[in-house]
Amino acid sequence: MLDREILLEKMRTSPYRPMKAKIIEAEMVTEKEKFFRIQLEDKINLGHTPGQFVMVSIFGYGEAPISICSSPTDKGYFDLTVRNAGVFTNKLHTLGKGDILGIRGPFGKGFPIDNMFGYDLVIVAGGLGIVPLRSLIRYVMHNRNDFGDVQILLGCKSPKEFLFEEETKEWMKRSEIKLNCTVDRADPDWKGNVGLITTLIPGVDINPSRTYGVVVGPPIMYKFVIVKLLEKKIPDHQIIVSLERRMRCGLGKCGHCQIEGVYVCQSGPVFTYADLKNFKGECHEKAS
Amino acid sequence: MKYATLNKKDLNKWLEHLKKSAKLYAPRKKENLFVFRPVKDVGDVVLEYVPTILPPKKYYFPQKEKLLKFKIEPFQTAKAIEGFEDFILFGVHTCDIAGIQCMDVVFRDGPEDPNYLNRKDKMIIIGIECLRYCDKYANCASMGNHVPRGGYDLMMVDLGEKFIIHINSEKGEKLVSKLDYIKEAAEADMNALERCREAKKKVFKEEFIGPLGKVYGVFDKSFGSDVWKDVGKKCVACGNCTAVCPTCYCFDTQDDLELSLNDGIRYRIWNSCQMDDFAKVAGGEDFRKGRDTRQRHRYYRKFKYPVDKFNRYFCTGCGRCTRTCMAGINLVETVNSLLSQETL
Repeated sequence: MLDREILLEKMRTSPYRPMKAKIIEAEMVTEKEKFFRIQLEDKINLGHTPGQFVMVSIFGYGEAPISICSSPTDKGYFDLTVRNAGVFTNKLHTLGKGDILGIRGPFGKGFPIDNMFGYDLVIVAGGLGIVPLRSLIRYVMHNRNDFGDVQILLGCKSPKEFLFEEETKEWMKRSEIKLNCTVDRADPDWKGNVGLITTLIPGVDINPSRTYGVVVGPPIMYKFVIVKLLEKKIPDHQIIVSLERRMRCGLGKCGHCQIEGVYVCQSGPVFTYADLKNFKGECHEKAS
Repeated sequence: MKYATLNKKDLNKWLEHLKKSAKLYAPRKKENLFVFRPVKDVGDVVLEYVPTILPPKKYYFPQKEKLLKFKIEPFQTAKAIEGFEDFILFGVHTCDIAGIQCMDVVFRDGPEDPNYLNRKDKMIIIGIECLRYCDKYANCASMGNHVPRGGYDLMMVDLGEKFIIHINSEKGEKLVSKLDYIKEAAEADMNALERCREAKKKVFKEEFIGPLGKVYGVFDKSFGSDVWKDVGKKCVACGNCTAVCPTCYCFDTQDDLELSLNDGIRYRIWNSCQMDDFAKVAGGEDFRKGRDTRQRHRYYRKFKYPVDKFNRYFCTGCGRCTRTCMAGINLVETVNSLLSQETL
């Protein structure tokens, strides 16, 4: 609790001032993604909710919103996994163990874990979607008795893009969490499913009124997966998604992340499908 | 004292007094337009003016503002602005005061923005009430901002020979008290003010073809309207409309390094939702790709979203977006098109 008070005090002083943080582990995990384990100064715990994000600062290069991929139950540090996709993340990729970063946050509204207690979970991760979901999955693993049946569906373009392979194997070994993987395009070593992630959903056995469907992936994936979950009769407010947007402040001011009247950095990035239905057309990309 | 009067011949004397009490900004002529500038010569101050190119927002939400001082090695952060100075905005139109009230709501809404609030604490607003339209572009009557609605320290009204000044705060009172040339208003002055307000009712007429409540209702239904396509076709995505808007506050951040490449400053700079990469993410998706969707977003940020969130319209009626648009996009026409579509 004390850590949260320290964080709130820092926010009050200036919400734009990043805290000092040190990279204590760094490792390329795929061709494009790098994993970072980060410790805040004085080993303060971030105290986030799974699904929240931090603003990562590299002075001289700027700031970017990055999903936290560890659980708040992982104490003393937090994890990020970042794709090299631009000037900022390119620079971030050059940093390694011992290097210093600035951190602001955590920001936003995470997964509604309090409401999920006692429910079954179907977790659907496409591509980088596994990054914020890892936070939720680890939280569930650490509080396994609070949740019912847990099934994870993982999808990627190709086998070499799978993130957290070792961990995934561990999840598979734990019989109380079911895990199913698929790739769009297999390679010679791949022995699993081939096909879009939507092909895995019909085979999932669920009790819809007692189930939360949690979906994170590229924008294009959402509509197809949500349709499949609705076919399974999961209620609108029990289908959970996380949206990616450009962000500069995390404080509901700068305007970049806005979807219609909603600031994603404050009201999201996690939304229910019931929330999405209120949007009139800006929540996914449309051709002009 | 609630109302005071100042003879017009003493205006410059009072301006000198104000200049001594705090940093003074006021409207002055610049070629055939007007701008807010720091007052050097009180003779330059004009009180009959068409809304300035930029609203006074540049003084409480600067184009480029220091957020943070930093050092890369060793990692250090520090406050970028040591002290904020007292300042007076003189001769502010009621539309621009409404703009300041909108910004207050935004930056006070948690998490609070300390830069803005610190500046706002130091700000004194002396308004001037408009007795006639500045030009054909304003829509202040529809927005209800052609008359003072609070949010100022002092409000001046031109009564011919003199100004009557409404004193609305302690800060304001200090600037008019203990001056032999500023007197408490007499009953005759109050009557003159009332007559002046009555006369205004004949001058200012609602510019939209429907009442404001209806405008909100129409926006609620017009997300898919063809009006946005028409506006989008004209728009050149220059961002002028958002730069000159007193209630546009979207920003970007930018790190500037000194030559040492170790020390630097993080700035906040104005940004515009009209720019084509404004809502684009690293993966390449752009959530407001078309100019039509970006213009629609701008309008909805004036007439719909802030009404839902803060119960306030974020159009002040100043007319700047229309006045500055090189493609001829006209706010009153756009809103009226939506309204007339609705009645078809």
